[in-house]
Amino acid sequence: MTAFLIVLVIILFGITVLQMGKIFGMSKTPEELGESSEIASDKDNNVNGWLMLMFVFVTYAILIVSFWKWGEVLLPKAASEHGQGIDDLWLISMVLIFFVGFITLWLLSYFAFKYRGNKNNRALYFADNDKLEFIWTVIPVIVLAGLIIYGLFTWTDIMNVSEDEDPMIVELYAYQFDWRARYSGEDNTLGEANVRLIEGANQLGVDTSDPNAQDDVVVNELHLPLGRKILFKMRSQDVLHSAYMPHFRAQMNCVPGMITQFAFTPSVTTEQMRLDEEVMGKVRRINTIRRKNSIELIAKGDEALEPYEFDYLLLCNKICGTNHYNMQMKIIVETQQQYDAWIAQQATIATSLNK
Amino acid sequence: MSAHAEEHAVDDHGHHHKETFVTKYIFSTDHKMISKQYLITGLFMGIIGIAMSILMRMQLAWPEEPFVIFEMLLGKWAEGGVMDPSVYLALVTIHGTIMVFFVLTAGLSGTFSNLLIPLQIGARDMASGFLNMVSYWLFFLSSLIMLMSLFVEAGPASAGWTIYPPLSALPQAIPGSGAGMTLWLVSMAIFIASSLLGSLNYVVTVINLRTKGMRMTRLPLTIWAFFVTAIIGIVSFPVLLSAALMLIMDRSFGTSFFLSDIFIAGEVLHNQGGSPVLFEHLFWFLGHPEVYIVILPAMGMVSEILATNSRKPVFGYRAMVASILAIAFLSTVVWGHHMFISGMNPFLGSVFTFTTLLIAIPSAVKSFNWITTLWKGNLQMNPAMLFSIGFVSTFITGGLTGIILGDSALDINVHDTYFVVAHFHLVMGISALYGLFAGVYHWFPKMFEGRMLNKNLGFVHFWITVIGSYGVFFPMHFIGMAGLPRRYYTNTAFPYFDDLADVNVVITIFAIITAGAQIVFLYNFIHSMYYGKIGPKNPWRSTTLEWTAEVKHIHGNWDGPLPEVHRWAYDYSKPNSADTDYMIPGQDFIPQDVPMMENEEELHH
Repeated sequence: MTAFLIVLVIILFGITVLQMGKIFGMSKTPEELGESSEIASDKDNNVNGWLMLMFVFVTYAILIVSFWKWGEVLLPKAASEHGQGIDDLWLISMVLIFFVGFITLWLLSYFAFKYRGNKNNRALYFADNDKLEFIWTVIPVIVLAGLIIYGLFTWTDIMNVSEDEDPMIVELYAYQFDWRARYSGEDNTLGEANVRLIEGANQLGVDTSDPNAQDDVVVNELHLPLGRKILFKMRSQDVLHSAYMPHFRAQMNCVPGMITQFAFTPSVTTEQMRLDEEVMGKVRRINTIRRKNSIELIAKGDEALEPYEFDYLLLCNKICGTNHYNMQMKIIVETQQQYDAWIAQQATIATSLNK
Repeated sequence: MSAHAEEHAVDDHGHHHKETFVTKYIFSTDHKMISKQYLITGLFMGIIGIAMSILMRMQLAWPEEPFVIFEMLLGKWAEGGVMDPSVYLALVTIHGTIMVFFVLTAGLSGTFSNLLIPLQIGARDMASGFLNMVSYWLFFLSSLIMLMSLFVEAGPASAGWTIYPPLSALPQAIPGSGAGMTLWLVSMAIFIASSLLGSLNYVVTVINLRTKGMRMTRLPLTIWAFFVTAIIGIVSFPVLLSAALMLIMDRSFGTSFFLSDIFIAGEVLHNQGGSPVLFEHLFWFLGHPEVYIVILPAMGMVSEILATNSRKPVFGYRAMVASILAIAFLSTVVWGHHMFISGMNPFLGSVFTFTTLLIAIPSAVKSFNWITTLWKGNLQMNPAMLFSIGFVSTFITGGLTGIILGDSALDINVHDTYFVVAHFHLVMGISALYGLFAGVYHWFPKMFEGRMLNKNLGFVHFWITVIGSYGVFFPMHFIGMAGLPRRYYTNTAFPYFDDLADVNVVITIFAIITAGAQIVFLYNFIHSMYYGKIGPKNPWRSTTLEWTAEVKHIHGNWDGPLPEVHRWAYDYSKPNSADTDYMIPGQDFIPQDVPMMENEEELHH
């Protein structure tokens, strides 16, 4: 019934619009009904020319306001060694595109303003200029060649993991809608696993008869030692997920049926990051917002929000189902000693599954 | 013989084929009517697509807040007015599908290819009017099925417009992957058939039916763009069809093209050996050319409209054609930049970074040439011109961030965040929409027998839209750089994102205002269709052939012999040899069917 009423309202609205149009049409004077009245006049050219000039300033203004108001919400400094390389390349690319953008947008709007039409003006018949076109083909070629080379070096450095670095191997296991991590233990080798072996407490389908699996440790909170290269092996149990660790500038899809990988070296501990100026500012602002929201919640009889403390995050960044928006795991970066102490307390597969 | 018979048929039009309501308005084989059918269907789908985006924006700005409108429109998926997470994903999916395929592919390229190809090359109609009609009706059928899928019990397809399996293959993974997904796939299969029929027709028409003197090098850039777009469509759409067919097999017949080692809903599936990455390759082999299928027609129309309204030749015609061809070629070898972190070999990532950044070169050439076309012009600020300038603006601002995303190393951290959403909405969504609007304002008189859109409403429409869309998409880059993933129903599950709430409110308010401005356009469109003022035969004083055709729509376009072409399409403000006046005194344009004059040099082709 509601649907019918909505349709009815829409139809009636349409009829109203048409009828109003009819009335407007009748109220026009004959001059207004002239042949050329819908073609831009010199007055229109003038007004819109000026607006074009204002347009470029409004565009700049929106950008500047965005930076001024929201520059502080951006991610803090990279917490991994390769992250610095990405941030540098990012900065260079950003400076470049801002430079190009500012100039081209200015020219576009300024020309639109400067050459706004007038009955007395004559346009220049200027159809071709090989030299000009050559210049602005070659300049992008050179600039992009530089960017491409820089980008490819950065990319190869990140993606090629050599065995010499002796990375610590950790499995990230994704399923609807949570994460698990499996540490490879003393032997630094993960035991074989397959979804066909999933049974009861063996949530990850680890082959419990595999000798390499005995010292594996399965947890739901990721602890990483500072300064050690970690090689993540990713698996998914059901659909595509993506392991996104924004603070480490790290991301890789988790694909059912195959093992994907990504490696990085954490370079800032959680404790250090919490003391970072930028992060402290962000946490302060978030807590102000949370306190304000809590007042409303309490007024409604709900519980207040807990105060926020900074932690690194692992998020799912590939649409994976209804609870995609809440698929997260806490990451803690700590010193080697703290890490050793923590891992020693965790139960290995041998003790938890092969009792 | 045939030419004679054709002319004869045109002469006593009324006697030979009596037109009924059905043959004129429904099963019409006339390209002008088919183009209007495409446009109106496209606009209708556009209203639905944009309305969906507003619902999503409201949810993101005020999460879990009850809205009466949610309950009204979403029914059982918004009990008490609070949106359900699964319907949010359905909105994401259908919004993307509708906007990309139904509005910007069919509604833009379908409309203007149909309208302009025969009229601008001097042909009586498409090569096959019948196939053209079938193409539209298949499009209509696919739109209908897509809309029907919204009313399926378990909800419409909800796996994102990219429908990556296994999510899209398994109803256990998400309810929308049941009957909703089946309908999505059927609808898209029909859509692809429609698109192929249309594209083949466009290619054949451009190659075979150009009028006397219309060499390829004299084609307006619009036709070049439509022609090349059609070719990319023919090359890439069949690949999507194969992907869709394999997905249908996996879903319904137990094959394992894309599925392997899956444990879901408490049981192991039998599938073994397939790979979702294969699907990603197949999907993006269409998916990336698709964005150029969307943007190239807009580029062609913008080139044409900028030249006409600047009263200047388009700058660097040959470079413009070359860059269209370069973009078209490159567009088919860059698909992997959507998959840098899909798990494919990192070396492939390097290759795709290289090819992707190469696209910036022809794109830069085009942008510089457009800007130079304005330089020292005599700009006529018609609404179509404003939207064309707006197009160049958003193409630059959106395109530049492509340099970041196309760089595999930088893509790692912004992949699938709102940074990407902002990038592609500006560079292909908003730009292509501006191209669509520019085309509608410019060629409305050609579609509706001389009636023109109201210019003042056009100005209002443009200025609100252009500021509003920057208001939506500039801030969106920032929440992307803050690390916020896209396709999240709400961000409240992460206290870390609490400080992004006010950005989201700002974006939503701009989005609502911008969507509101489109009502002005709709009003203008519907009203002018019936009551718009009749303008002159060639209102924009343009050189191209469509303005020499009859204002009244007749079958065959020209009531008499076809015009003959003697020059390129951009003789605007061409001075006489003494540079005292224009070639034709007092007239700053020379239509293509005017023979070369004495002392006139044919300069640029």
